[in-house]
Formats: sequence, structure tokens, C-alpha cells
Amino acid sequence: MAELQKLHDAIMSGDTKTAVAVTREALAENVDPMELIRQYMIPAMDEVGRLFQCEEYFVPELLLAARAMKGSLELIRPLLAASGRQPTGRVVIGTVKGDLHDIGKNIVASMLEGGGFDVIDLGADVAPERFVEAIQRSNANLVCLSALLTVTMPSMRTTIEALKQAGVRERVKVLVGGAPVTRQFAQQIGADGYSESAPGAVTLARQIIAAL
Amino acid sequence: MEQRMRSYGALAISNPSDLVFGRAPSPVSCGFDLTIGAGQVYPEVNFTLPAITVSAENWSEIVTQYTEMVTGIIRRAVALRAPGIVLEFELLPAMTECPEWGAEVTALLHRALREAHEKHGLRCALRVTPTDIREHGKPPLLRYGQGCEQLLRSFDLCAQAGADILSIESIGGKEVHDQALLYGDVPGIVFALGILAPRDMAWLWDQITGICARHPGVVPGGDTACAFANTAMQLAHQRMLPEVLAAVVRAMCAVRSLVAFEHGAMGPSKDCAYEGPILKAITGCPISMEGRSATCAHFSPMGNVASAMCDLWSNESVQNIRLLSGSAPEAYTESLIYDCRLMNVAAQQGGALMLRDWLTASDQWLSPQAALLSPEATLEIAAVIVERKSHYERTLGAAQAALSILRGGLSGGAMLIPAKERQWMDRIEQELSGLPGDEKTLRRQVQERYAGIFDPASYGLCESA
Repeated sequence: MAELQKLHDAIMSGDTKTAVAVTREALAENVDPMELIRQYMIPAMDEVGRLFQCEEYFVPELLLAARAMKGSLELIRPLLAASGRQPTGRVVIGTVKGDLHDIGKNIVASMLEGGGFDVIDLGADVAPERFVEAIQRSNANLVCLSALLTVTMPSMRTTIEALKQAGVRERVKVLVGGAPVTRQFAQQIGADGYSESAPGAVTLARQIIAAL
Repeated sequence: MEQRMRSYGALAISNPSDLVFGRAPSPVSCGFDLTIGAGQVYPEVNFTLPAITVSAENWSEIVTQYTEMVTGIIRRAVALRAPGIVLEFELLPAMTECPEWGAEVTALLHRALREAHEKHGLRCALRVTPTDIREHGKPPLLRYGQGCEQLLRSFDLCAQAGADILSIESIGGKEVHDQALLYGDVPGIVFALGILAPRDMAWLWDQITGICARHPGVVPGGDTACAFANTAMQLAHQRMLPEVLAAVVRAMCAVRSLVAFEHGAMGPSKDCAYEGPILKAITGCPISMEGRSATCAHFSPMGNVASAMCDLWSNESVQNIRLLSGSAPEAYTESLIYDCRLMNVAAQQGGALMLRDWLTASDQWLSPQAALLSPEATLEIAAVIVERKSHYERTLGAAQAALSILRGGLSGGAMLIPAKERQWMDRIEQELSGLPGDEKTLRRQVQERYAGIFDPASYGLCESA
């Protein structure tokens, strides 16, 4: 019989191989996939997030845990889809046009994936129309915009305007972040949320999805 | 691998007493009567636009902004009787994608400096740094494609328009390094910094020095590991990465930044290359550094020690916003000029080494980054690099030397490193010692892990693709 606590511990320690093996064994034994997620996987990621917030963990520990979580979720997702249950949320993410910096965006994308979101990563220097296309194609409910340069902050506003003009703004919530971005700026450009850290972005994304 | 133009098998500066600000064995003359590294430290002012979209519609406003900035900077430099100054124009991505835009601003700045030299006798030079826009694709295509063509054309047009020094913050290997860094994958980091990055640097700097050769008087300055080591440093500052890992990455990066000099760079190296003192010790070329007067741009745990061996002293980047004393670029020009005055007067009165040592001691053991920047640590890492042959061996050697310096600081009680950071030191040490002695074996071991992330042909690795 699968030792389910090992799934929790494997995610905590970023051990993808064990996490996947335990998940596979549990599913073969007809353990409810939602039980795996709710009782073992999400508590493990919550604990990892807590350890990161209190500076016990660094990003490598965080991302390795997210990778282990993602490995297990890949086995579970088809079963949830077959039973009509949806993933946590679907996110389109990218660094806005004119900006080539993407490491912060990559951290957020990886953590969202580890948090159970479907993530469509458009990369860096993403034109507004590419965000629009991705939303239309994927039926996403969240859009995350990143910028590191002050001169590319206006591209965030342009992107939100493009979503409005394309008629998709009401379908998605928009989160923004990046070194020069402030809460005040987020409000000014009509974003729905702002976070100054990657774990904060995931928490905010979860709150927004829960409220939908 | 491309033919190296220069090979560094010994140190240009081996005595710590000779590794000091303002003096480099191979000074560089450029621009309007300016010689860098011949005894004086000069300010290097870097300035950028406030929040404004770079577009054809805004272009006249952008030109006005640059005109205001250079006018204010020169006014302040003349008022304070600065003995010389370097301006750095870092192109924004859109100005490299449209090389004519970058060249237009270059010409504007060049004209302003020429007038300042003619009217006020201000010794000056213009450094121009196009943005490395080759990383658009997934994987990035470094040796061909639109981004590469635009970048090389940007260098050419800026050289033609009046740049005196050409530099770049190149990104070859970054696509692998970013991921390896975030996952704490030491073999991946070594693969990116010791194998991929030097290959791209060799190719890219052959192009840059070739362009400089076509424009007499234009100096190939140098590169920086900003995309690698400064990324790591900033992530460590935000408690996202261990500081010891970021410091070890810094030491490893010196090897890839050195490749610019192997392929024709003459200095001054880029301001944000905190690996600069290692480059100076090896090559004897002048370096630019930034620290306590670059707080407008970013945090640094080594604001004083960074100036201990510099030849240009920079503010990294400041936006054109209004302050009580004038524009921010003017205000930072003033700060840099006063920093340089102090160093130059210390040198004139025989106190250069004393000031250097105070600058060093005030930072040295307060952070792993600073611990690697003392003259002694610099020479220790530099010596290990020149003792070894291949870039891969040098990268490993630099990492091991860095760890040894940190261990020394720790065991001697000079440095406090928290327990969780010490665990990372053990882990890095263990992983480094487990790496193969030859580059090909490491490539075989990690290439599959990063397949699809990098383009082997961009690194001359087609045979292994």
C-alpha cells in the first residue's frame, strides 16, 4: 500500500522521482486524486511556501518542490479532467514588450505551475496582441505581466488597453509585478492585483481564482 | 573553438601593492584627450530615460531628454572642474532593434562632448553599449537571425556616429545559467559559465573588435557578467539564493568576462562587472566599477571595496527625474566627481594604498561578495585562473579558490556565515569536486538536461547536437 506521507515529504524535499512513484502507486490503488492533492500535496507546498517566507528555504528548494508537485500533478490531471474537475486556474504570463528580463517572471511561472495552475508562458518582449491571442486560444482566467525597466512599464498599460479593445479584459484578471512596479502604478493602469514577490503572486492568484 | 587572439598565462599585476585605483599597466587613450588608468580615476556617468515608451511617436521627446541630461551632466562637471569624464550611453532594447535611433543619440552625445572639450577643455569620452537583443527566441539564436544582425549593425552605426568605447553586457549561456541558478544546479552553472559563455564571448568579441578595427580610434572596451553574477547577487539580496552561491558565481564569471580581452578588448571593462579587479590583475587593462554611488540603480554589498581598484567610477544608471539639486543625472555626476577627487588627492599625496585598504576593510568581511573583492582575494582567484588552460578548468579553479577564501574568512573568525549558507558551501564544494576533469564529459552529462533550452550551433557545438 502506498505510503502517502512520503508524497508530502518528497514534495517538501524536492524529490520528483519519489513524488511521482508514490502518486503512481496511490492512483493504481484507486486513492482519490483529490485526496492526494488536498491532504498531501497542497499542505506540502504550503509548508514550503512558509519556509521560504521565513527565509529558511531559498528559491532552489522552492522550485524543486514545485517541480516534484508538477510531476505528480501530471499523473493526476487526466483523471481530474475525465471527471470534469478543473485545474486551479489557467494563467497566461509574460514580460511585456520592449523588456528582455525574464528571470522574475520565470520564478513566478514555475511557482504557479507548482501551485497547480496551468501556465502558458509567452516569454519576454511580448507584444500586447500576443497576450490577446493567448487568452483567446487558451481560455485563461488570469494574466500576469512582468517588467523590470521603467521605460517598459508603459507597455503594461498598453497591454491592458489591448485586452479591452479585443473584448477579453472582462474574461481575465490581470496581475502585475517587477522591480519598478508599485501598487499605486498597478491601480493607475487598471490591473486587478500587484505582488512584490513570487510567493505573494501565487497567493494572490489563488485568492483571485477562489473569488471568481 | 575560435582561435584566441591573446592568451593570459601570467598576471599583469602580481603584487598587491600595484593593484590600486587609478593605475593600470596598460592605460587606454580615447575620446577627447582622455587617458584611462594612467594615474587618475575619472567619473563614468550613466543615465537613462524615465518611464516613457521608446517609439517613433515619442522620439522628439526622447531626444529632448538626452539633450537635457548631457547638458546638465557637462554643466556640473565643468562647475566642479572635473579633470575628465566618461559618459556611458546604454541603448535601450528598442534603440538596438532600430540601430538608427541608437546612432542618433550617440551622435548627439558625441557633439555635446566635443563642444565641452573645445569650449572648456574637458577631457572626455563616450562609451556606447548596445543591448544584447539576441535572446529573443527559444532557444536564443546567437550567431544568426534578426537580433544578431541588428546588434552588430548597432555597434557599427554607433561607432560611426561617435562612440569612443564599445561595450556590451552579453548574454551567451544565460538561458542555461538562469535555470541552473534557480534550481541550484552546480554542474549546470559550470556548463553555462565554463563552456557555453566563453564560446559565445569568443565569437561575439571577434565581431566587436572587427567593427572597432574598421573605425579608427574606437576602443573595444569590455564585457560584464551582469546577466549572470549580478542576477545572482540581486536574487541573493532578496534572500532568494544563498549569498555564497552568488559569490562563487561571481568568481566563475571572471573567466567568461576575460574572454573579451582574449579576443581584443582593451578596457575599460564595464562598470557592473564586479569581477573587474580580477580582469585588471590578469590583463593590466583599466576597469570601471560601481558601488556606493550607484544606489540609484541597485543594492550592492560592496559599495566601498568596489572602488579600491577602479580606474573609472560609475553610478551604473540613473533616470532623468527632477531632484531638488537639479536632474538626477546631474546630482550623481557630482557624487562621482567628489568620490574621484578623494581618490586622486589620496594618490597625489602618497596615500592611495592607505585609502584602498580602508575602502577594502570597511566591506571585506561583511558579505561573501565583498570578501572576494579584496586585493589579496582578487589576486588569489586571478592566479588560479592563469595557471589553468581551458575555460572549463579555469571556471572550476575560480570557484574552488572563491570557496577557499570564504572558508578562510569563516575559520579565522573574520566572517559570519549563517548555518543554512554553510550548508550550501558544503553542497557547492561537494558538487564541484564531483565534476569531471574534462569539458566533454560534463557536456555529455548535462546537455540532455538542458536540451531545447540552448541552441548548440550558437556555441559552435553542432557536432554534439
